[in-house]
Amino acid sequence: MSLDKSVVNVSFLEVKVWRGKDDGELVSYQVPGRENQTVLDVVSEIQRSHEPSLAYRYACRVGVCGSCAMTVNGMPKWTCRTHVKKVMDDGVLTIEPLRNLPRIKDLVCDLSPFIDTWQQAGAPFCGTKTRHEAPANIDPESKARKAADAGLQCINCAVCYSACDVVSWNKDYIGPAGLNRAWTLVNDARHGERQSTFDKAFGSGGCGSCHSQGNCTRHCPIGLSPSESIAGLKKSALFGLPKV
Amino acid sequence: MERSLFLTQRLTAMALGPLVLVHLGLILFAVKGGLTAEEILLRTQGSVGWALFYGAFVVMASIHGPIGLRNVLREWTDLTTGLINFVTAGFGFLLLFVGIRAVLAVTQTATQISG
Ligand code: SF4
Ligand code: SF4
Ligand code: FES
Repeated sequence: MSLDKSVVNVSFLEVKVWRGKDDGELVSYQVPGRENQTVLDVVSEIQRSHEPSLAYRYACRVGVCGSCAMTVNGMPKWTCRTHVKKVMDDGVLTIEPLRNLPRIKDLVCDLSPFIDTWQQAGAPFCGTKTRHEAPANIDPESKARKAADAGLQCINCAVCYSACDVVSWNKDYIGPAGLNRAWTLVNDARHGERQSTFDKAFGSGGCGSCHSQGNCTRHCPIGLSPSESIAGLKKSALFGLPKV
Repeated sequence: MERSLFLTQRLTAMALGPLVLVHLGLILFAVKGGLTAEEILLRTQGSVGWALFYGAFVVMASIHGPIGLRNVLREWTDLTTGLINFVTAGFGFLLLFVGIRAVLAVTQTATQISG
């Protein structure tokens, strides 16, 4: 029998995982530490070797789908792209569900409130042309297009939503991802509802509630800056919608 | 309404900036050589300029403060928005009343300075 060399002579990680719903508890597991290991690898190893009933979510494992976010040592992280070594705290790894969302079981949250905020922010795209018309001619170098492009790559992971203190205090607050999305649409010449999106993003629970301290931007795993998008929306309240 | 309140809060903050600086500058200037009630009143009584200056200060502060207080209450309490609007508007009127009263008290021409 060949030995798996990566687990020979290795120390074990102490991993605490949230089990249950709101009234659950942290349960400790010993998982072999490996040279190259993501937090999602650790969770999968626990589920396969220790706790078959452990509930958690993932799909792509390469940072595309946004489904694997959890709270790791107190910080919201995309676990499939988070290396254990980078987040280890005194040899302990504590893994809990995301903050600010209703818990379902173990590491799985109900994302509906987060998804609903996108509607609240006026986020659905509303085209103005039919398939028989020529596509709009957009200058990729224009200021508005660049502002829209800067926020487009969101993977809906809810990491920023979980990082935002205002979301935790004010349940009506749209939060960073929805407002970031609204800002991309306000800058999109092809969007037929720019004014209405802007009005919704500035409605009750809208961007006026943001404290601008940028915790969302600090944690966004793909480097978007929702706080900058929100600042753009706030500026537009004074100077009018951006020219597209 | 949120947007108007947001803008009003920012614009009153812009107005309050220089007002606060002048007020602080005046304090630094005035306390040199000691501070007495007579001295202050001599400067302010009968002065339309100071009446307008502090009048503007009071008006801006009584608009700016309650909007901020409304935000804090909405974040930190479970009170309904209607109640919060009522309470903070009341707070604004109270600030306006006591503020204007104080401005009038120090700028109106008095027949006699007591003390
Ligand atoms: S900057 Fe605004 S949206 Fe981002 S975390 Fe802070 S309050 Fe939330
Ligand atoms: S803005 Fe960033 S952190 Fe927020 S949902 Fe999108 S990708 Fe995730
Ligand atoms: S599993 Fe898809 S982003 Fe992590």
